[in-house]
Amino acid sequence: MPIPFIQTRALEYTYTAEDGQAISALRGIDLTVGRGEFVALIGPNGSGKSTLARHFNALLLPTAGEVWVDGLLTSDPRHVQAVRQRVGMVFQNPDNQIVAGTVEEDVAFGPENLGVPAAEIRRRVDEALEVVGMTAYRHHPPHMLSGGQKQRVAIAGALATRPDCIVFDEPTSMLDAEGRRQVLQTVQRLNAERGLTVILITQNMDEAALARRVLVMDGGRIVRDGPPEEVLEAPEVEGLGLGRPFAAEVARRLRERGIPLPPGLLTVEALAAALRCTFR
Amino acid sequence: MNLLLPGMYFAADTVLHRLDPRVKMGAATVLMMLPFAARHPLGHLLTVGLVGAAVLLSRAPWRALLGTLRTVFWLGFFMFFFYFFTTPGRPLVALGGVTVTLEGVLAGALQVYRLCLLAVIAALLTYTTSPLQLTHGLEAMLSPLARLGFPAREMGMVMTISLRFVPTFFEEIETLSRAQKARGVDLSSGPPWQRIRNTVPVLVPLFLSAIRRAEDLAVAMEARGFRSQPHRTRLYRLTLTRADAIAALIVLACGGVGIAL
Repeated sequence: MPIPFIQTRALEYTYTAEDGQAISALRGIDLTVGRGEFVALIGPNGSGKSTLARHFNALLLPTAGEVWVDGLLTSDPRHVQAVRQRVGMVFQNPDNQIVAGTVEEDVAFGPENLGVPAAEIRRRVDEALEVVGMTAYRHHPPHMLSGGQKQRVAIAGALATRPDCIVFDEPTSMLDAEGRRQVLQTVQRLNAERGLTVILITQNMDEAALARRVLVMDGGRIVRDGPPEEVLEAPEVEGLGLGRPFAAEVARRLRERGIPLPPGLLTVEALAAALRCTFR
Repeated sequence: MNLLLPGMYFAADTVLHRLDPRVKMGAATVLMMLPFAARHPLGHLLTVGLVGAAVLLSRAPWRALLGTLRTVFWLGFFMFFFYFFTTPGRPLVALGGVTVTLEGVLAGALQVYRLCLLAVIAALLTYTTSPLQLTHGLEAMLSPLARLGFPAREMGMVMTISLRFVPTFFEEIETLSRAQKARGVDLSSGPPWQRIRNTVPVLVPLFLSAIRRAEDLAVAMEARGFRSQPHRTRLYRLTLTRADAIAALIVLACGGVGIAL
C-alpha cells in the first residue's frame, strides 16, 4: 500500500435544494488514495463524483466527517491555500477555466495567487508548458487554441502550483478524438513519469480502463473499489448502465459466439494478445 | 473579425508599441488636454506636430486613422453647426433669420479640430497598445490606490477576464444566431424595431450562458487559489526603460510649453 495522500473519514455532504429539500450528495465515504496512484472515478450522473472530487481541494467542506490531504485537515481555514496548492483541478469545459488573455499568463495565475516570486513563476510556467507540450503557444490568446490544446493549458495551469495530485473532472467529454488523445496521453505521462497522483472522473469506460484502480459511485456511496479488470465487468457495475470498454464489449460478443476468452480484457492490446493465444 | 475596426490594436514592432503602457496612457492624457489648454497658436502647432510625429512613428495605416475620424464625423458636424449659428459676433451672412458670424465659424472650427485630435490620440493609444497591455497599465496605475482601500487588483482581474471572454462571446453569438436562423428567424432584414425584437432569442441564451460560464470560472479560479487576499505576485512587472523616460520628458516638456505660451 502506498503512502496515504488523500483520506476521507465518514464523509457526508448535504445541501439544501432550491425547493428547500435537504439532499444527501455523499453518504458516508471512507476512502484512501495513495501517493502516485492513478484512480478512475465512475458512476451515473448525480452519483456524487464531482461533489466528492471537490472535497479533495477544499472547494467543498464536509457536512459531517473529515477529509485529510497530505496530513492537512481541509476544514481548517488555515490549511485551505496549502491544500489547494497540493491538489490541482482540471474541469470539463476548457473555455470556462482559462482566466488570462495569453497562455503563459494563464499558467501563471495559480502561482501568482500563492504569492510565488516573479522569477520562480517564470521558471514554473516554462516548465509546465514544456511538460504539456505547449511552449510554442505561450503567447497565444486562448481563443486561438483547439479544445485539446486549451485543456493542456489548463493542465499546465494546475501543474504550475507544483501539486502532488490533480483531479480531472471529465476533462475529455467536450473534446474531439484528437483532443481526447492528447489529454489522456498527458495525464498518463504525468502519472507514470512524475509520480503525480491522478484522480480521473469519467463517463468513458475506455478511459477508466487506463487507471490502475477504479472507484464506482452510486447514490452518494462508493459501491465498488478495485482494479479495472475486476470492477468494470462486475455484474452490479454493468447494472448501472455505464457501458463497457470497447475491447470488453468485443470480447463479450466473441464469447457469445463460442470463442473462449478469459475475463478482464479491457484494452485492445489485451484482447489482441488473448486472441493470439486462442488461435495459436 | 479580421477587419481593422476603429480603435483596434494593430500589431507591429515600433518605438510606440514598445513604450510602457503607463507612459502611453499618461502621454495620451496630456496630449488630450493640450488642444483645450493651449491659448497661443504656437501651442496648437506644437500639439499637432507632436501628434503627427506619433502617427508617423506608429506606422498606423492611414485608412484606419481616417476610419476613426469617420466615427466622430456626425458629432463634429453637429458641433460645428451648433457653434456656427449660436455664437454672437460680427455677422457674415444672414440666412433666412439666422445669422452666421465670423466668431461662430472660428469657434466651430476650433471644436472640430479638438474633436479630431481627441479621436486620433485615442486611436493611436489603442493601435499601439494591446488590450492586455492596457489592462496591465491600468492595474499598475491604480495599484497605489489599493492602500486607500480601492480594490485595484480586483479591478485588474475584472478587466482581464472581460477581455479574455470577448472572443468567446463573439463565437457564442455566431452559434446562437446560426441556431436561430436555422429555425427561420430573420436577423438581418426588416424594420429596425423588428430586428431588435429578433435579437431577443439570441441575447437571452447568451446571458444565461454567460452566467453559467461565470459560475464555472469562479470555481476554477478558487480551485487555483484565487481569493481576496492582499498578497499576490505577478509574472510580469512593468519596468520603465530609457525610451519611456525620453518619451515622457518630450510629452511633458511640450505640454508645459504649450500651456505656458
